[in-house]
Amino acid sequence: MSTLLEVKDLTKYFETPRGTLYAVDGVNLALDHGKTLGVVGESGCGKSTLGRLILHLTGITKGQVIFDGKDITSVSKAHLKELRKSMQMIFQDPFSSLNPRMSVSEIIAEPLKIYGIHKEKKALDKSVLATMETVGLAKRLQYSYPHELDGGRRQRIGVARSLVLNPKFIVCDEPVSALDVSIQAQILNLIQDLQKERNLTYMFITHNLSVVKHISDDICVMYLGKIMEKTDAKSLFRYQYHPYTKALLSAIPKAKVNVKRNKIILKGEITSPINPGPGCRFAPRCIYAKEACSVQAPPLVEVRPNHFVACHFTTEING
Amino acid sequence: MKETLLSIKDLSIQYVTDDGVVEAVNGLNLELKKGETLGLVGETGAGKTTTALGIIRLIPQPPGRVVKGEIHFQGENLFEKSKIAMRAIRGNKISMIFQDPMTSLNPIFTIGDQITEVIRLHSKISRAEAAKKAKEMLELVGITEDRFDEYPHQFSGGMKQRVVIAIALACRPALLIADEPTTALDVTIQAQVLELMNKLKDELHTSMILITHDLGVVAEVCDRVAIMYAGQIVESGTLHEIYENTKHPYTLGLFGSIPDVDVEIERLSPIEGLMPDPFNLPKGCSFYPRCPKRMEICADVKPEETGISGEHRVKCFLYSKGEGR
Repeated sequence: MSTLLEVKDLTKYFETPRGTLYAVDGVNLALDHGKTLGVVGESGCGKSTLGRLILHLTGITKGQVIFDGKDITSVSKAHLKELRKSMQMIFQDPFSSLNPRMSVSEIIAEPLKIYGIHKEKKALDKSVLATMETVGLAKRLQYSYPHELDGGRRQRIGVARSLVLNPKFIVCDEPVSALDVSIQAQILNLIQDLQKERNLTYMFITHNLSVVKHISDDICVMYLGKIMEKTDAKSLFRYQYHPYTKALLSAIPKAKVNVKRNKIILKGEITSPINPGPGCRFAPRCIYAKEACSVQAPPLVEVRPNHFVACHFTTEING
Repeated sequence: MKETLLSIKDLSIQYVTDDGVVEAVNGLNLELKKGETLGLVGETGAGKTTTALGIIRLIPQPPGRVVKGEIHFQGENLFEKSKIAMRAIRGNKISMIFQDPMTSLNPIFTIGDQITEVIRLHSKISRAEAAKKAKEMLELVGITEDRFDEYPHQFSGGMKQRVVIAIALACRPALLIADEPTTALDVTIQAQVLELMNKLKDELHTSMILITHDLGVVAEVCDRVAIMYAGQIVESGTLHEIYENTKHPYTLGLFGSIPDVDVEIERLSPIEGLMPDPFNLPKGCSFYPRCPKRMEICADVKPEETGISGEHRVKCFLYSKGEGR
């Protein structure tokens, strides 16, 4: 298994009138070919910014992105255009991410036109129709406009557009959050089937924990710009070491009756990402927080094989 | 036997638009007993919110119109009430919490003013007394009194929803309708708000209708469940009946669509197809085009409600005793 994407100490600060906003702060991760990395966290944890940084949709403050063996941290514009062929994105909101004045086939054809992939119109149409079929859009919809379609079909257009250039890597930023549950399941199945067929690599950004478990091989849990815990999907749901992960998982409402559960209700809300103190970002809400937690941020350390946790008191808390 | 607080009989609501008539609610029957919490579950366009607006008579007219049906609340028919009488009920005896806390508060008034307003509207007390009550409400939902004079933009999403809950419960309503109250919130904040709602409804003896698409939230809060599809209740019963003995193919599909964190599955089993076009509902069962167990009869005849056990009722020919079997 070879590594497709590696991110080292990736950092993004935004300057705001009230101070520096630490959106993503020293994230390290690696992703193998054909795998899915789930990134979970609540609003404002920096998960979307992380995805955008990797695709160069926003400037990097510090750190390194290595894609397919090459350092792409500071690439030229021309090189970036080439790169985008192999790295694409599916956006959250299928209502605002599609141009309302373009028909379905125009939207899907646009990337092909930009890269001048097909010289003849016939070949272009053929690719567009083939892609539409792959994502389950009927041929008769090719001249429809986005407003004529429902959310599920629109999201299929978003998927088709990201696939048409045959990328290796796709960042899926909350691709199913705006959809109804029954439609959500259809799109999740589609995304999984495509991965098997084309050996795609995904970074799947979501706040929905049951979805992330279902679709990911590895998961990292983010809180205020930092990774709190990182391991494979199965282990994370079996043993959680970080107090935030524990609370997060216990907070998922389960569609079951008669289950015994120890719900951990966190006090307070996510603190401001502007000029955070030197300590652990989660300390203000953590029930185990001690003095040391507000002095120094804990590093991400391996507590079991391939299970990384950023907490000073992992052993104390978990015995 | 508990007293019935709200009963809806054969309610139909339509929206008349230039493109045709949208049949949003079609012959809906629903009953809520005192102290109970009912989960009204369905997807976008199922008619959940229209039903709720129908109860408090806030269907925009036009384009909306109530075609038929009755809604009895505390023994009185709400459709026979005058506009003025309805105003005395809304916010006082029946309150509503809307989905989006960002838009349901007025940005140019302090939250203190907004809680005081509803108290002053419904009880003749002085401004100072009302403010005192408003502060108590604020404490009750877990916000300190010193934030009384702050504006909505100074609060986070979860905090705003607490303010909305304080406004809704300020007059101690008999019935609270909560329309997707936690959908816009993060999981850990959702857990806080759900815990708060559970606590308050017990303390204040409020009955509740919780509108949601999330079967997980229903399992945490509700006593009874009604599953809605294309303007009808297709299955209803106690929480245990619905979750442990699911009958209707649509409900089964809903459960199959959510990934379960405790079980490993390779593929989800979603419901095929899409919600039916509300301009043009199927002649027979409205779930017929998507149903994996459809039969011939389902295309032409609308299924009647059949009792399964206890309070468990389902609208599906698979379970009806008469024809179709």
